[in-house]
Amino acid sequence: MEMPIPDMAVLSKKARIIERLQEVLPKSAVIHDEIETKAYECDALTAYKCPPLAAVLPSTTEDVAAVLKICHQENVPVVPRGAGTSLAGGALPTADSVILGTARMNQVLETDYDNRFIRVQTGRTNLSVTGAVEEEDFFYAPDPSSQLACAIAGNIAMNSGGAHCLKYGVTTNNLLGVKMVMMDGTIVDIGGAHLDSGGLDLLGVICGSEGQLGVVTEATLRILRKPEGARPVLMGFNDNEVAGACVADIIKAGVLPVAIEFMDRPCIEACEAFAKAGYPMCEALLIVEVEGSDAEIDEQLSVIMDIARKHNPVELREAKDADEAGRIWLGRKSAFGAMGQINDYMCLDGTIPVSSLPYVLKRIGEMSKDYGLDVANVFHAGDGNMHPLILFDANKPGDLELCEKLGADILRLCVEAGGCLTGEHGVGIEKRDLMFDQFSGDDLEAQMAVKDVFDPQWLLNPAKVFPLVASQSRRMQQVAAE
Amino acid sequence: MISPRTEAELAEAIASAKGTLCIRGGGTRPIGKPVIGEVLSTQGLSGIDLYEPGALTIVVKAGTPLAEVEAALAKENQRLPFEPMDHRSLLGTKGEPTIGGVAAANVSGPRRIQAGACRDYMLGVRFVDGTGTVVKNGGRVMKNVTGYDLVKLMAGSYGTLGVLSEISLKVLPQTDSQATVMLHNLSDHDAVKAMSAALGSPFEVSAAAHTPDIPGGGAVTMLRLEGFANSVSYRADQLKDVLASFGEISVEADQDKSAMIWKASRDVMGFQKADGDVWRISAKPTDAPDVATKLNASKLFYDWGGGLIWALVPRGNDVRAGLNGFEGHATLIRASEETRNKMAVFQPEPAPVAAISKGLRDRFDPHGILNTGLME
Ligand SMILES: Cc1cc2nc3c(=O)[nH]c(=O)nc-3n(C[C@H](O)[C@H](O)[C@H](O)COP(=O)(O)OP(=O)(O)OC[C@H]3O[C@@H](n4cnc5c(N)ncnc54)[C@H](O)[C@@H]3O)c2cc1C
Ligand SMILES: Cc1cc2nc3c(=O)[nH]c(=O)nc-3n(C[C@H](O)[C@H](O)[C@H](O)COP(=O)(O)OP(=O)(O)OC[C@H]3O[C@@H](n4cnc5c(N)ncnc54)[C@H](O)[C@@H]3O)c2cc1C
Repeated sequence: MEMPIPDMAVLSKKARIIERLQEVLPKSAVIHDEIETKAYECDALTAYKCPPLAAVLPSTTEDVAAVLKICHQENVPVVPRGAGTSLAGGALPTADSVILGTARMNQVLETDYDNRFIRVQTGRTNLSVTGAVEEEDFFYAPDPSSQLACAIAGNIAMNSGGAHCLKYGVTTNNLLGVKMVMMDGTIVDIGGAHLDSGGLDLLGVICGSEGQLGVVTEATLRILRKPEGARPVLMGFNDNEVAGACVADIIKAGVLPVAIEFMDRPCIEACEAFAKAGYPMCEALLIVEVEGSDAEIDEQLSVIMDIARKHNPVELREAKDADEAGRIWLGRKSAFGAMGQINDYMCLDGTIPVSSLPYVLKRIGEMSKDYGLDVANVFHAGDGNMHPLILFDANKPGDLELCEKLGADILRLCVEAGGCLTGEHGVGIEKRDLMFDQFSGDDLEAQMAVKDVFDPQWLLNPAKVFPLVASQSRRMQQVAAE
Repeated sequence: MISPRTEAELAEAIASAKGTLCIRGGGTRPIGKPVIGEVLSTQGLSGIDLYEPGALTIVVKAGTPLAEVEAALAKENQRLPFEPMDHRSLLGTKGEPTIGGVAAANVSGPRRIQAGACRDYMLGVRFVDGTGTVVKNGGRVMKNVTGYDLVKLMAGSYGTLGVLSEISLKVLPQTDSQATVMLHNLSDHDAVKAMSAALGSPFEVSAAAHTPDIPGGGAVTMLRLEGFANSVSYRADQLKDVLASFGEISVEADQDKSAMIWKASRDVMGFQKADGDVWRISAKPTDAPDVATKLNASKLFYDWGGGLIWALVPRGNDVRAGLNGFEGHATLIRASEETRNKMAVFQPEPAPVAAISKGLRDRFDPHGILNTGLME
């Protein structure tokens, strides 16, 4: 993946920049030594690495503002970082950039059960937001699989989703407000504990902007009361197409499951070998979960099982208790781990219209044969968000490149089927150069115009999201300004 | 009046516009600063392009009448989850509301509090900006983080950033059954407490509203439950327990009567013929009763668990004067042209935020021709 050539002018004044940063932050919060900065050289897309010029770990919004002011004056690119679990290279630095990490900003600022929100510093991890309100039986709904590690900062930047977003929506649907620092150090408050915007919906465009519009330091998040209970049902089919039709019928029937997860044969086999969850060996597995009181769950599951029976399942297993529910989820939850055991893998994240599921799965099967690389599919079927896992061997020369090529072809297939390149992981550097497959030049100009307004010098995370050729002139003006 | 029939004609009309344009869908929502300019109607851009009930998605041209969209969905037992209000009775306007007008004004009704706003169901848009350039953003799938979310930016931009030509929406199944749990004669403060308790319960309340003065006297607080019939009656019983300390509780289980309650709430029917300006205020629910006392209102209605205050106020007054610096926003929804010209119709923004909004308008509409000044 190509990255811009570092700005020599910035590299040559490293000492001054560090000195200025140390004037506004405690010593321990400015990391610049070559060994220590290595900790920030990549995110979870580990194929690409580059240590930054420095990393700073501010503790307050004011600290963030002070850092940004300096970087703005010195023309230094800034890459915001949460927990570094991005799978798209969103937090990958360049050699001339300062990593601005939110790790030390993890406080809960306010919890309000009457108005159903929590206000936190954005370095707080996703799971610990729920942890802070669990005592009162509340929870924060978006639940990325990485929730133990990932930070709200990254969730907002990537507009992250989770298994339960079919019912509860993704980050943008659960975000009420932010405190954000603009690149020039100006602090703005957008949204709050009330609903909707009184003017343009700036919060809506900030969420999902991949750290390119401002550094988000605080977030007001909607919290919800936990349902009385939840239970899954497992169904196996001998045909992907039939499983797809079953998903459509469940959705049409008026029950709204909280999750509908889909696994294909290669994935079932790997998970079974790894987790021994007792899955049937078949072409397609669905896990459908519903919520409510026991009686409500029974009623919904009976509707769902009746629909499933019409599609001749090879297996239909209802969880009778928490233990069985746990076993049904066990395999799915260990899917990535299982894949990691047998192979290196690359996890894709395209979305397709649910109706084209059978076609897309068939094509992926064909492409996998053509490339000679195995692909396992596990995904959120209710909303069409696919996670094809391409298996490859990192030690075999050329395999990574081949894998990336197949990945790009699969994502193009998603777009061609009426979908998109990324459903929840973001564009970062990974899908940056595929953007022209989904968007016209005018479409991208309109998006870049938004960045022009928020960050006229293009200093915030500049080499991401947009194809380098498309953003070239904007990024260069910063260098030219010196 | 310009009335393009295709997106290309729309783009051409904007590119070659000689002066300012006043964008009209159905002409049912004369909200905002009165706009001067030639009327650009979207009514020629009409029709449902794609509807996949099994994928919960519909793609429609922006000028499509809302009624046509709702009828198509009803046939498949589905609906727009955000329950858009019909402004006609409140504003005394005629015409056929369009889906483009709903999206451009981010119109959401009582279910907003549980299901989300119009913006939360907008999956993708196509629009023409102020230079006549066609732009698409988002798509027709439910999960999409490819590039910036301009869909949200267009929702509620009242045609000041671009004219929508096509919108894809996520829809949801209709629910089988509903009931309204009612509490009687609560003070506004107690009503908000009761609504907070109900919304903070696991029983999935899909709307919560409070009328301080119903015709004939007294107050009523209303909580809607929707779902399978058994589940609705189970939850109604559970809510009675949760709310036992708030006094007498009754349940309206008649489907039509319950539906009427929420249609009346959605359209703020209580304010229909009453004289005065109408303000719409979004606030933190527990702040709402105190905010309301500062409005000098002759009539109040609380929706969204208290978070949305509708206030009928003597003509020509800016209610914000008494609210200094409350957390939320106030919009003047119904008033004479004179009043709307005299004061900010939308909540004035703090300087750095206003600068961003202005920057975006300058970029998307560099010649300042789209509903110029409407959102001031
Ligand atoms: C095993 C695994 C499972 C995953 N499962 C899911 C899943 O189910 N669903 C899902 O959506 N994602 C998933 N992800 C992806 C990843 O966890 C999410 O994208 C997450 O939101 C990233 O959060 P982070 O704090 O680690 O952000 P980082 O990786 O540190 O950064 C991500 C982006 O956010 C920006 N950013 C960080 N902090 C700020 C800030 N303060 N202000 C502005 N921008 C900022 C960065 O510049 C970068 O562009 C998974 C990742 C892994 C490794
Ligand atoms: C009885 C009556 C009284 C009127 N009084 C006034 C008045 O006092 N002040 C005044 O300003 N105008 C008034 N108008 C004119 C008209 O309402 C305006 O042109 C209005 O802004 C158009 O909105 P709209 O009703 O089409 O309504 P809707 O279709 O309900 O649209 C709501 C908003 O969205 C915008 N919009 C609609 N479709 C699109 C689209 N496809 N893309 C982008 N934006 C879109 C509209 O401009 C409007 O701001 C009146 C009209 C009528 C019929």
